Amino acid sequence: MIANILAFSSMYSGDEGGGGLLSVNEGLAFWVGLTFLILVFVLTKFAWKPIIAALNEREKNIKDSLELAEKSKEESKRLLEENKSNLHKAEEESRKIINEARVFAESLKNQIMDDSKLQSQKIIASATEEIERKKEEAFGELKNQVAEISLQIAEKVIKQNLNTQLNAEVIDKYINELQKN
Amino acid sequence: MDLQNSETLTDTLQKATEHSSGGDNWIMHHIMDGNYLDFTPFGKIYLPHLELFGIDISITRHVVFLWISAALLIFIMLKVAKAYKKSLVPSGMTNFFEILIIFVRDEIAKPTIGKGYEKFVPYLLTAFFFILFSNFLGLIPFSATVTSNISVTVVLAVSSFLVTQVGGIQKNGLFGYFKGLIPHGVPVFLLPIMLVVELLGLFTKPFALAIRLFANMTAGHIVIYALISLIFVMKSYFIAPVSIGMALFIYLLEILVALLQAYIFTMLSSLFIGMAVHQDH
Repeated sequence: MIANILAFSSMYSGDEGGGGLLSVNEGLAFWVGLTFLILVFVLTKFAWKPIIAALNEREKNIKDSLELAEKSKEESKRLLEENKSNLHKAEEESRKIINEARVFAESLKNQIMDDSKLQSQKIIASATEEIERKKEEAFGELKNQVAEISLQIAEKVIKQNLNTQLNAEVIDKYINELQKN
Repeated sequence: MDLQNSETLTDTLQKATEHSSGGDNWIMHHIMDGNYLDFTPFGKIYLPHLELFGIDISITRHVVFLWISAALLIFIMLKVAKAYKKSLVPSGMTNFFEILIIFVRDEIAKPTIGKGYEKFVPYLLTAFFFILFSNFLGLIPFSATVTSNISVTVVLAVSSFLVTQVGGIQKNGLFGYFKGLIPHGVPVFLLPIMLVVELLGLFTKPFALAIRLFANMTAGHIVIYALISLIFVMKSYFIAPVSIGMALFIYLLEILVALLQAYIFTMLSSLFIGMAVHQDH
């Protein structure tokens, strides 16, 4: 079959340099070989190598960027977590401080209250004592005065010395006066 | 049976081409190489004839389009490479080619070759883009499909073959590479047969590569020309819409095939390289 086709194609081997459909033309093959060789070398040196290098570089860039982004994300997440925990800690701290202050103030207040109560009691006690003392003193003075007055009355009575009835009236009057005082 | 079949096939093809334009094989003229650039309604440009050591190395139609595709490839890829120098972020055209470059690197070379694939990526990229550009260039009216010429695909396949062998020998050593061609655990009495089979397999791989690319790129064009020639065969205007519609459909299919064949050639080259470099699996 192949032989037949070859025979068929050779019918068309014209004189214009083409040869048969299935016959290889050395001249054309020479040009193709030369051109293709040049093509391979030129393109490899000036096109494929730079292009592939650029593609690799870009792929590396993208990979690096993605990795960096991932790392940054992790880092920021970590920082956020840290900040949150710090905030929490600070809150705790402030709460503790406030609580402590409150307790301290409470105790201080109690102490002051106790102190003042004690103080006031003391003052009251001393005042009462003073009053008592003054009262005693006053009573003492009064007693003296009463005695003196009684003496003066008696003196007057004796000086008047007359009718007993009048005397009696006068004495009653003076005693009444005294009681009123 | 087979012989008979192919004889009828040959006969039919012969008759068809003879019939299509009064015995003139114009389809083959379009498909095959020639020493002129064909802008048919506007005339032809004849190309110079060159000879080197008795070999005819004339500048032919396919050589011209080969150079156009190579120049385009170098121009565009240098521009892309320059764009990366300015900024690592691609835009516009760079973006588009980056998709293809990354596809070849990550979807073709990396999984099929595995460890140490970086060394082969430039070759695979060159093969992929050269075939891609040539295939698409062939779809432009008045141009020629370089990859539908078997001389071109043979050279490409041979380069793949050489890269495969060199890669395999570099990795496993000359002796180790050829020893590794034979699978482990083969009975001794089978060794002579296996040797022949494996050596044959070594050469059938690039052969298949060359034929596959050539046949795929040629077939689509032949079908388009055949559909167009139907108008002239039938000698009727009414067949024209059908012919044009179907040719358009094939043309769209060709766009897919152009991309697909570049992918397949690169994929298989990469696979063969991977098999040569890592022989144990």
